[in-house]
Amino acid sequence: MAYKLGIDVGGTNTDGAILDEQMNVISSFKSPTTDDIESGIKNVIEMLLDDIDFDKSEITHAMLGTTQCTNAIVTRKGLNSVGVIRTGAPAGTAVEPLYSMPDDLLSVIGENTFQVRGGHEFNGELIAELDEEKIREIAKELKGKVSSIAITSIFSPVNNEHEIRTKEIIEEIWDEEVAFSLSSEIGSIGLLERENATVLNASIIDVARKTIIGFEKALEQNGINANVYFCQNDGTLMSKEYTLKYPILTVACGPTNSLRGASFLSDFNNAIIVDIGGTTTDIGVLNNGFPRESSLSVELGGVQTNFRMPDIYSLGLGGGTIVQIKNNDFQIGPDSVGYRLPAEAKIFGGDVLTVTDIAVAKGVLDLGDRTLVEDLNTRLVDEIYEEILKMIERSIERMKTSAADVPVILVGGGSALIQGDIEGASEVVNPGNGGVANAIGSAISDISGEVEKIYNIDPGERENTLAEIKKIAINEAVEAGADKDKTEIISFEDVPLAYLPGNATRIKVKAAGPLRK
Amino acid sequence: MRLIGKEEIEKMAIGAALLGTGGGGDPYIGKLMALQAIEKHGPVKLISAAELDDDDLVVPSAMMGAPTVMVEKVPSGEESLAAFSALEDYLGKKITATMPIEAGGVNSLLPLALAAQTGLPVVDADGMGRAFPELQMVTFYLDDINASPMVLADEKKNSIVLNAVNGMWTEKIARSATMTMGGSLLNAIYPMTGKQTKESSILNSLTLEEELGDIILNSKNPIEDLKTKLKGYILFNGKITDIERKTDGGFVRGSAKFNGINQDKDSTASLEFQNENLMCLVDGQPKCITPDLITVLDAETGMPITTEGLKFGMRVVILGMPADEKWRTDRGIETVGPKYFGYDYEYKTIEELNK
Repeated sequence: MAYKLGIDVGGTNTDGAILDEQMNVISSFKSPTTDDIESGIKNVIEMLLDDIDFDKSEITHAMLGTTQCTNAIVTRKGLNSVGVIRTGAPAGTAVEPLYSMPDDLLSVIGENTFQVRGGHEFNGELIAELDEEKIREIAKELKGKVSSIAITSIFSPVNNEHEIRTKEIIEEIWDEEVAFSLSSEIGSIGLLERENATVLNASIIDVARKTIIGFEKALEQNGINANVYFCQNDGTLMSKEYTLKYPILTVACGPTNSLRGASFLSDFNNAIIVDIGGTTTDIGVLNNGFPRESSLSVELGGVQTNFRMPDIYSLGLGGGTIVQIKNNDFQIGPDSVGYRLPAEAKIFGGDVLTVTDIAVAKGVLDLGDRTLVEDLNTRLVDEIYEEILKMIERSIERMKTSAADVPVILVGGGSALIQGDIEGASEVVNPGNGGVANAIGSAISDISGEVEKIYNIDPGERENTLAEIKKIAINEAVEAGADKDKTEIISFEDVPLAYLPGNATRIKVKAAGPLRK
Repeated sequence: MRLIGKEEIEKMAIGAALLGTGGGGDPYIGKLMALQAIEKHGPVKLISAAELDDDDLVVPSAMMGAPTVMVEKVPSGEESLAAFSALEDYLGKKITATMPIEAGGVNSLLPLALAAQTGLPVVDADGMGRAFPELQMVTFYLDDINASPMVLADEKKNSIVLNAVNGMWTEKIARSATMTMGGSLLNAIYPMTGKQTKESSILNSLTLEEELGDIILNSKNPIEDLKTKLKGYILFNGKITDIERKTDGGFVRGSAKFNGINQDKDSTASLEFQNENLMCLVDGQPKCITPDLITVLDAETGMPITTEGLKFGMRVVILGMPADEKWRTDRGIETVGPKYFGYDYEYKTIEELNK
């Protein structure tokens, strides 16, 4: 038998799960996330290994979904010093690279920015020839000063040759190893946001390396000899080599894993997932088993970016959310007692009224000492509980794209708080094991391959060309470790480029399949 | 005269999004350009139109082309400088001040970046009091001020001095030049005397933008305060139930439908837009018609929402407000009224529609 180990490191808890080949959950545990992350992971692995009755050598695959890269960006800790090169001048100089970045981030990654002649127009023509001599000078200047380089060229999503050439020139001059992040591989149209995302990617290369080594060590110390994979925020896995190049793709993999785990546990592929935690409720949308991507720019650690992220609406409502009562009026949140719930909530003898207390008083949840909340006015409790449901209903409505009712799946530690009908839901599902949906989502992840390029498609050749491109995406997934027979196209977009001559079409194809046994 | 620094720019950008009435292009790039220019060159002098001499030469500046190109090919910052110096050469006269052509969206902030670089004062005025999509949709046009001679300039230092015979030719020539020059460029347009500026523009628009931004950022009750400030009407409280959009000849046309909440819970509303919001109907009856302004605000924060930002389920307040009297003339209504945009309605003022 071959088993899979899935780990998800969240802000509060590190979750772990072991699944067998038929994807049955054999064991699952939760353990507090530790400051160093690594020992938290090790703790969960030890709990799982104590619980199983087969030999740990049968664990063949290990997947990690982690917030380490996100945390590093938010706390500005352990970041690389970054050289930032933009090719595209004379265009673009009115807003310099890094201009809108917060000062505390700049003080860590440095302000080594350069603007070089080059770049392309929207139709792929040159703005200017690439100033290769200038790049050689920059390479010499940056040598020894930075450990990571971010390269962004104007309209590189249409033509990325200047980004690639810039990288080649620097490689010719430097003998030591340096990490490159190319914007065309990270974001879409929107120069400043894409450049920011590329710089963030460049800044977390070392953090990613440490994360990988830490995970491998935690496995090794527990005698597990498995292939390791890392979770991306689109619900698929990447190899460690890929993770080292594109660590930014791990950002927000937690909510994605929870969505995918919920889909797996409930057998729904199209639904709204409501993940109720201690402080927030995260609401996302599953489309064909994968999270819907956000179409707006995303702020990360105070930086505007535009790389892909799951579209998650976060509501300040969780089990620990504080409820304030004044006369006959009340206010729910946004403050929360968070992980101090077992000490501070009324039902546990504390003196803070929380959403959990209301659920117990209302009788939907049996937890702690109910007599401690018996003095609450029943009519007021009803009103507050009604409002809690309304808050969730309104957020669900925000995420829906049409008025039709959809299935709603409740997961997360706080999912037991909710009972009764939800407006806008065709049915409400509360699957077992919902508490560790994240770790399960990480363990069941598929492996993917992606192609995104502009193609000139001859009218008669359309079908053939598209089939060819799909084949390339499938091959990429298979090369990354997916099972060839079960790999299929999971998303396909073709956008004709109106301004371009001929039949230029921007095509984005993603294939995914389960891991090869 | 007063000085405009970075804090004022932040507020103006929010006010510009509101007066953009759903369109006008995201003020984000314009804001960053103005902030960077002010950081490098110092604050901008903002003057009222009354401070102009009658024979001053005032030239507005704006971007042309696709906003989606401009967010990728950010300007060099030299384009408007080149456009201004080419126009000065052609006219044989020094430009004494600049101003925005529209009070909504990205174009309201670009002249501030130019002013910081050149030291020219910016006139606290504009040609729309809001945002509109076409070159002739300015109050200057209503008074027969010619858009030409105008200059188009790109970041590669190409510039074209254009003398078009009328608005149609301006539009035709400028559009194809824009495509050839890379999809997005900056212009110097509608050169005017100080006297013309005083008579034909909409006054105090930049100060208004700043005040609106201040209300949204700092007021405890932003929507009520915006309404008072703008002499506006709350047309509808509702949530979005349906949105339809299609791209048609460079314009995003569409409509959004709303179900009422709170005091409007038994009503429905619809909003018609073509880049900008142009008409709002409640229970099938028009409540605000272009050129009067319609803006959709987030019900909680009062933040303006663009037509691209409208999403199913959002809770919003639709705020309507009267357009400047200049637009409410026969010629004004002919230029930017409902018929021009293809709606079969007669223009009636928002005051009349909400009696």
